[in-house]
Amino acid sequence: MSQHDSHAVSHANDHGDVKSYVIGFVLSVILTVIPFWMVMEGDFSKSTTIWSIVTLGLVQIWVHLKYFLHLNFVTEDGRASTFSFLFSALIIFMVVGLSVWIIYESNAMMMY
Amino acid sequence: MSSVATDMHHDHDHEHHENNNVFGFWVYLMTDCLLFASFFATYAVLFMNTAGGVSGKDIFELDFVAVETAALLLSSITFGFAMIAAHKQNKGGTLLWLAVTWVFGAVFIGMEIYEFHHLIVHGNGPDTSAFLTAFFSLVGLHGLHVTSGLIWMTILIIEVMRRGLPDKTVTRLSCLSLFWHFLDIVWICVFTVVYLMGAL
Repeated sequence: MSQHDSHAVSHANDHGDVKSYVIGFVLSVILTVIPFWMVMEGDFSKSTTIWSIVTLGLVQIWVHLKYFLHLNFVTEDGRASTFSFLFSALIIFMVVGLSVWIIYESNAMMMY
Repeated sequence: MSSVATDMHHDHDHEHHENNNVFGFWVYLMTDCLLFASFFATYAVLFMNTAGGVSGKDIFELDFVAVETAALLLSSITFGFAMIAAHKQNKGGTLLWLAVTWVFGAVFIGMEIYEFHHLIVHGNGPDTSAFLTAFFSLVGLHGLHVTSGLIWMTILIIEVMRRGLPDKTVTRLSCLSLFWHFLDIVWICVFTVVYLMGAL
């Protein structure tokens, strides 16, 4: 029985507990409500709104990765998952960011 | 004593194998990320090309999207509770939370089908403009993923009902859990980039 308990404790990081899910859920509700409110009701300039909702979106992605997907740098499995995610994030940044950059520049150049 | 040691060793190996399965599934999800990334890039490039038709501002209803988002967020935490129950070998709890998660997922998909149907009926189908093609492809790709998640969840609910929660089934649930939470992250990008920015 004690063996079973220690096993449960050592893997709490990988599975998460009620507390971590509730914290993650509350944070993600807050981080969802603010951008919706900013766009629907808020009286902010367009650039302020865009930068705020993008930042809040990135923070919410981090919250989900930490509290729901249990990415971490502590356990061996957590590290492997985290690094494969960071590598994908780099590729995604290049695929999306550079495509958008190229097309917008060529669009701007054709206009003038 | 030695038999205990062997058992522990065996247990460790077994667990390592299960973890490898889950990690392998995670690597698949990372490639799925790239698929979504290319759809997002396509949307970002094409969303201004409305061919004289409607733009995001005309068709997006944010209170509707907010309810869809709430359904997905709730399904994320209920799936978390299902996983906690599964790791405690609590069969009833696992089934209950999986069923609740399934209902929230079905509400989301139902609302998305309603939204697509509404758009198509009003002459704003995917063949109208490059913007709508990109919109239907991106949001539809996410919807197809959620639908496959629901089918997978149905199969696992039947498996848990019949076999209970042996290690293999818990591993399968862990993979579906990753898939489900991953789709939630993709939805954060969808509502931020497509709906909120489109409605500005």
